[in-house]
Amino acid sequence: MTETLIFICAGTMAAATPILFAAMGELVVERTGVLNLSIEGMMATGAAAAFAVATVYESSLLGFAVATISAGLLSVVFATLTLIFLANQVAAGLAVGILGLGVSALIGKKHEGFTIEPLKSVDWGFLSDIPVVGRILFQHDFVLYAGILLIAIVWFVLTRTKLGLIIKAVGEAPEAAHAIGYPVILIRFLAVFFGGAMAGLGGAYLTLAYTPLWAEGLVAGRGWIAVALVVFGSWRAHRVALGAYLFGAISLLELSIQGLGLAIPSQVLSAAPYVMTIVILVLISRDARQIRLNSPASLGVTYRHQS
Amino acid sequence: MTKQGPRNDPPILELRGITKSYPTVLANDSVDLEVFPGEIHAVLGENGAGKSTLMKVIYGSTQPDSGEILWQQENRTIRSPALARSLGIGMVFQHFSLFETLTVAQNISLAVPGKLEDLSARIVEIGHKFGLEVAPDTLVYSLSVGERQRVEIIRCILQNPKLLILDEPTSVLPPQGIDQLFKTLRQLADTGCAIIYISHKLEEIRALCDEATILRQGKVVGTVDPKDTSTSSLARMMIGGEIPISEKSNHKNESKVLLKIDRLSLSSADPYGVSLKDICLQVNAGEVVGIAGVSGNGQSELMQLISGEQRFVTEGQGDLLFEGNPFGHLDPAERRSLGLNFVPEERLGRGAVPPMSLSDNTLLTGFSQGMVQRQLIVRKEVNAAAEKCIDAHDVRCGGFSAIAQSLSGGNLQKFIVGRELSMTPKLFVVSQPTWGVDVGAAANIRQQLLLLAERGSGVLLVSEELDELFEITDTLCVAYRGQLSKPMLTQEVDRLTIGRMMTGLGTTEERAAS
Amino acid sequence: MSRLRVEPRVTESVIAQYLVPVVAIVLTLLSGTVLFTFLGKAPSAVLYTFLIEPLTSRFGIGEVLLKMAPLLLIAQGLAIGFRARVWNIGAEGQLIIGGIFASVIAIHYNESESTWILPAMVFAGMLGGIFWASIAAYLRVRFNANEILVTFMLSSVALQILYFLVTGPLRDPDGFNFPQSVVFADSALFGVLIEGTRANTSLLIGLTLSVLAYVFIRHSLPGFKLSVSGAAPRAARYAGFAESQAIWLGLIIGGAAAGLAGVGEVAGPIGQLQRTISPGYGFAGIIVAFLGGLHPIGICLAAFFMAILYVGGDMALISVGIPNAATTIFQGMLLIFYLASYLFVHYRISFQGRAAAT
Repeated sequence: MTETLIFICAGTMAAATPILFAAMGELVVERTGVLNLSIEGMMATGAAAAFAVATVYESSLLGFAVATISAGLLSVVFATLTLIFLANQVAAGLAVGILGLGVSALIGKKHEGFTIEPLKSVDWGFLSDIPVVGRILFQHDFVLYAGILLIAIVWFVLTRTKLGLIIKAVGEAPEAAHAIGYPVILIRFLAVFFGGAMAGLGGAYLTLAYTPLWAEGLVAGRGWIAVALVVFGSWRAHRVALGAYLFGAISLLELSIQGLGLAIPSQVLSAAPYVMTIVILVLISRDARQIRLNSPASLGVTYRHQS
Repeated sequence: MTKQGPRNDPPILELRGITKSYPTVLANDSVDLEVFPGEIHAVLGENGAGKSTLMKVIYGSTQPDSGEILWQQENRTIRSPALARSLGIGMVFQHFSLFETLTVAQNISLAVPGKLEDLSARIVEIGHKFGLEVAPDTLVYSLSVGERQRVEIIRCILQNPKLLILDEPTSVLPPQGIDQLFKTLRQLADTGCAIIYISHKLEEIRALCDEATILRQGKVVGTVDPKDTSTSSLARMMIGGEIPISEKSNHKNESKVLLKIDRLSLSSADPYGVSLKDICLQVNAGEVVGIAGVSGNGQSELMQLISGEQRFVTEGQGDLLFEGNPFGHLDPAERRSLGLNFVPEERLGRGAVPPMSLSDNTLLTGFSQGMVQRQLIVRKEVNAAAEKCIDAHDVRCGGFSAIAQSLSGGNLQKFIVGRELSMTPKLFVVSQPTWGVDVGAAANIRQQLLLLAERGSGVLLVSEELDELFEITDTLCVAYRGQLSKPMLTQEVDRLTIGRMMTGLGTTEERAAS
Repeated sequence: MSRLRVEPRVTESVIAQYLVPVVAIVLTLLSGTVLFTFLGKAPSAVLYTFLIEPLTSRFGIGEVLLKMAPLLLIAQGLAIGFRARVWNIGAEGQLIIGGIFASVIAIHYNESESTWILPAMVFAGMLGGIFWASIAAYLRVRFNANEILVTFMLSSVALQILYFLVTGPLRDPDGFNFPQSVVFADSALFGVLIEGTRANTSLLIGLTLSVLAYVFIRHSLPGFKLSVSGAAPRAARYAGFAESQAIWLGLIIGGAAAGLAGVGEVAGPIGQLQRTISPGYGFAGIIVAFLGGLHPIGICLAAFFMAILYVGGDMALISVGIPNAATTIFQGMLLIFYLASYLFVHYRISFQGRAAAT
């Protein structure tokens, strides 16, 4: 029993990490008023690029770096389309997302079927030896801890700093932000890049630590779930993070139930995260007043400063 | 030009030959302007004369096609608002550039360096000094429009501007608020700050400004000392003729009740909206009823309830009756077929679909007028109706296929009003019909409203312009914080009373008196 | 000093609207050239295989028409919703459910030779698509749940349902445990249009739907209402066009069309229900809808072009060893370049010399 519990809790943290990175990135992007729906494609590109680099050069670190850069480049395409060419954000998100899926399939093709050494756990000394808690919390790789640090950083920046205030201002009223002298497009551009880079990191974590292998369709909707989590967390860092861990737990339950050999068709379990996402969206969105209070007012609206 | 006072110093700002064209209009045509330190300089012109464009040029939010800007006698290209601000140019916008979900102090901290606590103290201090009291930790969305303007002015003052631009600042203020604003501005000018004051209100300019530059159709038609110039000659310069005044005939009110709203209360679904409390309102046939008040006091919520954009079904209390029957459950189209037509305050995007033709925009509300058969659109009928409306109301455009957003504000408004009038409404509800409309079109629209009432229809007019309300209404009430005052006969009240009621003062005694 | 200025046009440029898809295709091909060079393939040969070869043989043209049918159907349906800014991105799932509904009839009446089987399948497929899209419409109208996310999630769910059915209830009992249904009887299969090809009646349904879509958008009041909802939501509310109606209509039409596309696949080239009944037509349909300018005639051309890419992609895989991913990349690039060039429909670039010398 304890073993199962430890397996589920420790596994939840690992399963949550890819979505966590992507969702934290998307949170910052949406706070500036941009809806980036290409997260799925960016995660896939990051995952494939990381895996390709890691198998060829046998360096996970390099893999993470390349994933960040390649997904970041995709986000530059998205940012250019929406912020400079003033394209509809939904359509642009789909376009870049599809491109990302194509690119990932192209990169990953040669590396299908390989596996690599997963990341090593951080040595926390005696902490790792604490019964139960030690095994749940202190036997993970450094990227997972970086994900937790990311929650803290995003939370702190958004709620406690001038930068957070500026991000909020740009997301709420870009015209007003421009009028008092802020470079709205630049700020949004940087946010989109950050979001892309984080999605790339999340994807890389999938192939370098979580699975660790590459197959087409590996991301399996995690990018879209990340977008949904931002709504679930009503644009607040700690709640978005909570959502990510919730989804980590769901995928772990899926694994454990399969392991227990219960007579539930595997397809029902595979569909569970998607159904869960829909249920959560419905529960959160039904309170239109709350959504209006928390969502950035200019979300999804194309901004062009008048001349 | 030899004058005493501020003009002894060299000008702080000088514009030479500023020209700016937009696809449909030459907004500024070789405009020259000189502004001196400590001077309150009016830029006067009617809607569409190019005042706002000129200010955007100075503030760096748009670039001129040609011409020079000299700031402190140095040629500058003001590329962005950020640069303008760093030079010492501040601007108070007509539509405020504030962030509703942030507090006053947070808003100001976005523009002024310094810690939040220090800023809060300075906000209070400046507030005392210039009569601009506002609590630093209030969220902006809960402030009245007048208070928001104070926040904007404080934000500018804290940046120690050398030049402050105010765009139509009194349009959001009740009469007493205007006096306070003028006091503040004079005090500020005494510190050496130059002020550009944009307005189309002649009396205000004569009361406040040292110098006035008058724009007409993008050109400077003169620079005068407004204190030495009569209102009528200012007006002639501004519009190139006399200001038309609507003729109000002494028609008799019929007693037939068209619209009756009884004790209506509705809490707003929008957290940033205004809740309506205990609204009573009646419009009779042949009567023009006005609702005065600074916008944001529940007028738009009330209008949406009357137009049907917001249904009135389960939530809220009270009665909404049209010719004695409840109509809160009907949608806008059904209300139109009863004879209730509405013209909203926003023309583009609400009253009309910007990228669609006037013909399509006729279909927008006229689709039940024989323009559709078996769900299929009869183009010939639609075009004919559009053409008729264009001709009947002197809408200047390229015919029924002209795109709505290519029309000037005044022409589009004439089209929308005309479109609704062509359905011969029993009750005509109009909100801010002359916002951003040129003087000619505004007079035309007011005349139409009076004509409609003469023919026995009821008119409900929501306006911020007291002049307009006093010119054409028979009965007036005042909206304040989601409440409506008792109706008063327009002939029996004065502006000061209405002004006080607009700020919530004296409502109780006026109510008792009427 | 001269500078570049982007300024809004007062009215949309009609010429630019026609040029945008052409420019997008040219730019995509140019990028493709770079990509293939990078992959070490001769670009001219690859592009020939991708774009020309499909049209050089009767078989190739037949395949193009075959793949055009679902793309056309899906894109026409989606475009109507997109005009009202109802973002249905789950046509893939609606196609799958449509295919399943039709298959249930085909499998259940597998012995029958009735001529009513096929019409019943068409009807059932349409219902299936509508049913799946209606879930998203209901959740959006009733609970304000974002239809983009819901339709996507429902697509993933639909795929799992399909997997479940072909490995369980609908599996061919004599099929050696392969995850597929029985092969449909001839009475449950669409007729072939051109002798010697696989192009079938589904294309005719698509073309008929295109005509209907044209009439709907151009000449009907409900079509006008949808356009207003998309162009100016507040004007739609002012006029009295209910938002919920636009959402329902947009999603139902998209779902019905995608469901029909599903019927065309199971009753067409596949002839049974199996794990894969669509190579991503649902997503490609989104691109076709945009590339066709959300206009029924434009969509016909775009669907034809996209079908060539699909067939060319298969040919390039076999003859030049280009991975299938290239087709996906092409699709993404097409939409990206389309969206970028679309700027010039609303804006124009002007070069401006400064009059005053400094």
